[in-house]
Amino acid sequence: MDLIWLVLALPLLGSLINGLLGRHLPKRLIGWVACGSVGLAFLISLRILFDLLALSPNQRVPPQTLFDWISVSGLSTQISLLVDPLSTLMILVVTGVGFLIHVYSVGYMSHDSDYSRYFSWLNLFTFSMLVLVLADNFLLLFVGWELVGLCSYLLIGFWFTRPSAAAAAKKAFIVNRIGDFGFLIGLFLLFATFGTLDYLKIFEAAAVPHALPELTATVITLLLFAGAVGKSAQIPLYVWLPDAMEGPTPVSALIHAATMVTAGVYMVARSHDLYMLAPFSMNIVAAVGAVTALMAASIALVNNDIKRVLAYSTVSQLGYMFLAAGVGAFSAGMFHLTSHAFMKALLFLAAGSVMHALGGEETDMRKMGGLRKVIPWTWGVFLIGALAMSGIFPLVGFFSKDLILEEAFSNDYVALWLIGLFTALLTAFYMLRAYFLTFHGKPRYDEKAVHPHESPAVMLWPLRGLAALTIIGGILWISWMGFTPLNEFLSPVFAGVAEGGREHTAALSEGALIAISLLVALAGIGIAWLVYIRGFQPGEALRKTFRPFYTLLEGKYYVDELYYSVIVQPGRLLSQFLATVFDLRLLDGLVNGVGALIDRAGGALRRVESGYIRNYAAWVLLGTLGILIYWLMR
Amino acid sequence: MSDYLILSGVLFAIGALGVLVRRNALIVFMSIELMLNAVNLAFVSFARQLNDMTGQVIVFFVLVVAAAEVVVGLAIIVNIFRTKETVDIDDIDLLRG
Amino acid sequence: MITRSKPVHSAIAFLGTLVSLAGLFLLLYAQFVAILQIVIYAGAILVLFLFVIMLLHARSGEGSVEKLRLQRPLAIVLSLALLAGVSFLFLQAGLSEAPTPAAGMGTAEEVGKTLFDHFILPFEVASVLLLAGILGAVVLSKKESWS
Repeated sequence: MDLIWLVLALPLLGSLINGLLGRHLPKRLIGWVACGSVGLAFLISLRILFDLLALSPNQRVPPQTLFDWISVSGLSTQISLLVDPLSTLMILVVTGVGFLIHVYSVGYMSHDSDYSRYFSWLNLFTFSMLVLVLADNFLLLFVGWELVGLCSYLLIGFWFTRPSAAAAAKKAFIVNRIGDFGFLIGLFLLFATFGTLDYLKIFEAAAVPHALPELTATVITLLLFAGAVGKSAQIPLYVWLPDAMEGPTPVSALIHAATMVTAGVYMVARSHDLYMLAPFSMNIVAAVGAVTALMAASIALVNNDIKRVLAYSTVSQLGYMFLAAGVGAFSAGMFHLTSHAFMKALLFLAAGSVMHALGGEETDMRKMGGLRKVIPWTWGVFLIGALAMSGIFPLVGFFSKDLILEEAFSNDYVALWLIGLFTALLTAFYMLRAYFLTFHGKPRYDEKAVHPHESPAVMLWPLRGLAALTIIGGILWISWMGFTPLNEFLSPVFAGVAEGGREHTAALSEGALIAISLLVALAGIGIAWLVYIRGFQPGEALRKTFRPFYTLLEGKYYVDELYYSVIVQPGRLLSQFLATVFDLRLLDGLVNGVGALIDRAGGALRRVESGYIRNYAAWVLLGTLGILIYWLMR
Repeated sequence: MSDYLILSGVLFAIGALGVLVRRNALIVFMSIELMLNAVNLAFVSFARQLNDMTGQVIVFFVLVVAAAEVVVGLAIIVNIFRTKETVDIDDIDLLRG
Repeated sequence: MITRSKPVHSAIAFLGTLVSLAGLFLLLYAQFVAILQIVIYAGAILVLFLFVIMLLHARSGEGSVEKLRLQRPLAIVLSLALLAGVSFLFLQAGLSEAPTPAAGMGTAEEVGKTLFDHFILPFEVASVLLLAGILGAVVLSKKESWS
């Protein structure tokens, strides 16, 4: 437990070493430093897990203070870490999945000239996320929050020479900033209400009945949720995530699986004590989650870019997590976060492997196909990932997604349950669509120019590891005679959450629910198979009916365009006005005016400096006379 | 007693006039010496008037400063003459703005 | 002194002024200062001036063109104003008869006593100043031997 600081220090150290000395180090060493630091952090996290397990459940919340950070009268914040089951789960996910992604990157980035910069930032990203999840107060959480935003900016724009990458990085940063704004105001309000930003103190104070007016709680939680919406890419701020695909693929994997986007879910789960006090906020969270899940999944149906399909899939799955949090099933949300980390990292890395096989940067699925035989390992793991994402038993995705739907149903959110179910259908369809397009059918890439090859072992091993996790991850939530490992582990944290609704109101038994969602997933897979393998062509009438939908989806609901015309354009006009009129005329006028004044004055005074000593002497004498006259006048 | 003081004032004014009017660096320099001497005269007069030796001692210091100044100043003039071939101070206008 | 066009004449005139001043110092019971005046000013400084004048002799005249036409009238006005002001100050002070001088006033002994009783630090500083002057002169008149 005392080693917890090392979990933070190691990635930071790795980042510093690679960042400062990287240019003088051989590539092998850089890779070792980067992977080693995260790997060691993972081992320490494991050790902490066992330390925690050794304690009795209600003792598992010991915060650890590292040092005082800000100490102003009234506001005293320490750099102190909170090690409880929730944060332990998060650091395990972050360091574990992060480690595999680091290893994968060694192979994936091996030809990049900015090797050390890449790994330095990757380590920094891991470090930032660890700060975020280990913080024991909202301020330190916010520091991690912003650091993560910065790192995402750096890494999305890693290939900053491409205009599209630079634009995507900027977009991610700005969109995040909108959410952060709300988050920051939420923090102010928290501090104004409680006089502290410590989790434990706040939750303790909030736990007192009627201590916190519901209105205040609602406002605070909604503001905090605004931050989560930005960071975790929910409606309406999800637009940055698909564009974030401009970064290197392992970075996408890191953003989507281990770090960054899960921060919002984590934050909501962490402040569940507050959310429980604000039913309205809970409903908003659940609704936003469900709608985002549906919308993003529908966009993913028609997208042809393999990475973007995965990105929309992430948005959709994050929607599931918020749905879970919104209906009060926080541990289900955290479980889905974990399982999603496995699946999405697997899928992204497999997609990266496909791109690698096709010689680099090809992401258009229309130019793939028939890769099954050529890159068998990648094929295998991608299939596992796709099936898991679709929710097929016994892969981890089945357990977590089904759990969320079950919770939604049993907590009487039937409408949300239906949305979630329909989304599950879409999910199965688009995942298998991506799979079929990529690996089956005839090769559509240029066979003369491209010779697909399997990735090196250093990239395959992380894939195998993640595939194994995806397969066995389900045991975290298998009930062994009423004992669910993860639920039991997390229960001290979510002790305050009422276990209401469970089982009693269920109109359908648990078994029926499971059967329904399995059937739905299979249906999605079946449709995908029909369309993309059997080449089923829908009839003319059907096509006509769905034409507008298709266009709408292909245009991604035109949200980007909407934002562009509603927000970006007016902003640009305003900036234009400020730049041409306000800045040029007024500000520059002022500055230039001062300059001109000094210039003129200088020009006039210049004549005084004639260079003739006698002239200067005359001035001296004049001055003396002045003093003399002053004396006489006195 | 005032006569001495006024004489010192006259000498000082003559020195100042010399500094302002003459363009030969050497003569300007001598004019400055003359001004110093005028001040010396004033000091000695006051020493006499107030019956205090301090005035005379200060004259001694003024002499020291004058000597040092003359040495350095003349060296500068010689140097300038070497480079610019002139001692007309109006030709030395590097400080012109 | 300031009206002569040739520096040598000016120097001679200056010598006359210095000697006269020495006489006035004698009248003011400042024998030691008078001697110093003769020895240092007339003996050392003026001789130095003459040397420099000799060194630069023929070419040491002023340019024939007066560039600052306003300078001369301005200088006269300023100097007269200064004289008027100072004289006014002195006359206003209304000094009358000088008191009887104290015994031994102005002798080398008295000057020395005052000097070393009250002005020992300035005295040392003055010696440093002289040293600096000597060094400065040497450095300045060296013919760019370095560089």
